[in-house]
Amino acid sequence: MMLALLRRLGQTLFVLFGISALVFVVFFVTPGADPTARIAGRNASPAVMEKVRREYGFDRPLPVQYATMMKKLFITRDLASYVDRGELVVPEILRAAPVTASLVCGAALIWVVVSVAMGTLAAAMKDTWVDRTLMMAGLVGISMPVFWLGQVTNLVTQSRYHDTWLFSWVPGLGYVPFGESPLGWFRALVIPWIVLAVMFIGIYSRVLRSDLVALAGEDFIRTARAKGLSPVRILLWHGLRTSMITFVSLFGLDFAQLVGGGALLTEVVFGLPGVGHLTYQALNNLDLPVIMATVMYSAVFVVMANAAVDLLYVFLDPRVRDGR
Amino acid sequence: MAQDLPAPPAGPWRQAMRSIARNRSAMAALATLALVTLACMLAPLYAHHVAHTDPFTSNVAGSIVLDGHEVDIMQPNDNPLHLGLSPIGPTWHATYLLGADSQGRDLASRLLYGGRDSLLVSSCAAVVCLVLAAMAGIVAGFSGGVVDALLSRMMDIMWAVPVYLFAISLSIVTVSHGLRVGPVTVRADSLLIPIFIIALVYVPYAARPIRGRVMALRQAEFVTAARCLGVPRWRIVVRDILPNVTTTLVMLGPLLMALSLLAESALSFLSLGVQAPAASWGTIIQDGEGLIYTRPMVAVAPGLAIVVVVLALNILGDGLRDALDVRDAARRSS
Repeated sequence: MMLALLRRLGQTLFVLFGISALVFVVFFVTPGADPTARIAGRNASPAVMEKVRREYGFDRPLPVQYATMMKKLFITRDLASYVDRGELVVPEILRAAPVTASLVCGAALIWVVVSVAMGTLAAAMKDTWVDRTLMMAGLVGISMPVFWLGQVTNLVTQSRYHDTWLFSWVPGLGYVPFGESPLGWFRALVIPWIVLAVMFIGIYSRVLRSDLVALAGEDFIRTARAKGLSPVRILLWHGLRTSMITFVSLFGLDFAQLVGGGALLTEVVFGLPGVGHLTYQALNNLDLPVIMATVMYSAVFVVMANAAVDLLYVFLDPRVRDGR
Repeated sequence: MAQDLPAPPAGPWRQAMRSIARNRSAMAALATLALVTLACMLAPLYAHHVAHTDPFTSNVAGSIVLDGHEVDIMQPNDNPLHLGLSPIGPTWHATYLLGADSQGRDLASRLLYGGRDSLLVSSCAAVVCLVLAAMAGIVAGFSGGVVDALLSRMMDIMWAVPVYLFAISLSIVTVSHGLRVGPVTVRADSLLIPIFIIALVYVPYAARPIRGRVMALRQAEFVTAARCLGVPRWRIVVRDILPNVTTTLVMLGPLLMALSLLAESALSFLSLGVQAPAASWGTIIQDGEGLIYTRPMVAVAPGLAIVVVVLALNILGDGLRDALDVRDAARRSS
């Protein structure tokens, strides 16, 4: 078990290095334009260009540039935006992170509960109209662009039906910190939660259903049935628990990607000032240091979360625990 | 005696064709896709002969004749003071069937033109992605050892960056200055840029199942037999592995195109995909964002088009998977 942990640690470190190198290459080695111009932004003066060139070491070899960049991102954390008058990037990301975390955690709760219910129900009622309807609904959820769904929801709740009893409680777009007003926080986020969750409900309920259906042919399910357990108990206790292994690994990856900025489109449509929104503003200003920092931090977060999920496995799954 | 033998069973491809032809939802999806593609192909005909407008020039000062009345394309808002102007809403006539967008251009014609770029980008991206993923998956799965470990770790690395963030990063560095690789220069507004970016970010997604399939095939008896006969490795790959991987490729095709279409619309919505004056469904949704409360049709219609096409692609992909039985085949051989 110790060996498995060490090997996993080594892999994680390798992937972390690989990601930082990949992001560095994408932002600074992609042929097309001078990286100095990309960092300094549009219409930068020659003096600023010169300062950027010296600061990032663009006149020195690539490995030195890479090391300088990593130092600015993770050690001194003094990466500054040139477009936004020297605003420090890393603290800005840390300020935006709680908004994104609020959004993603709520959505995750919704999508886990709803998709487990949908997937289990569909598997229990396999090949009936309930199964077909639920799975078709899931497919529709997967097929909708999230930013469009957000706009349509805004249209319904903010404008067309805002004055009816159904949606009169919906506040205007924006974010309310939890510390300021827990109820306001909830009201501001509940619709973005649902919109963000829709696609994942579709994916997870379909994966769970097909997993549960495939399990029906396994030996341990047959044994459980042979010893006279009720179908409900077999499905919920033996089946669902086994399917959770796939579910947890999917969840770890998706959750981490969303917290890392994958919820960008939802944040933009609902005007939530999270990490994704920060990236979006940086896109509009061509503010490369901000984009690079958010991408790098999110990737690091994803790798860490994956490692955590794998660690969880080591304790959850006896096959992994005993070295297969 | 020979004529008494039963006819040989139909080949796997023919069986799959029969099975999918019986699948009514998959056939309906295929028909929908064909219809949408045809409609988008006929965009110039619609614009010139039915709508009589040019969907690429701004027309804010123009007016059209509806039921004998002359109507301005930009109309005063219906607030009490008539402040501000909004483009005309759906007329349900030949011209401006679905109304105008923020620059007074015919929305219906733009939808058809936008569909051309959306479908072109997503289908090309899916094909490029499949080719790259097949190369990576076959090389990794067939070679095993160090090559496999190296390629798999590379995929892990790409996989760890959130897909849309990865695509955004690649777009932002190419969208301002284009791309120059040696003698080849790609202009910043070229459709090749979104095509290659989307293809690249989904390679790990497609390469993983292909690699798994190839690894299972490598253990198959016919491959061992070929190896024992001294068949060179490249010939085994071309003659024995590739034909058996095509089912996986065919199954992945529609699903990848669905993902690519969603990614293209997201990039275009962020002004990083298809560049003006060209249109795609994503750019039209972005145009409509400012009009969402006054003229929701501008954003709703292209979104509906995306949902219909992506849904059809997903249903088709599901049908193909059932027909080709890829999962069961993989389980049997492993």
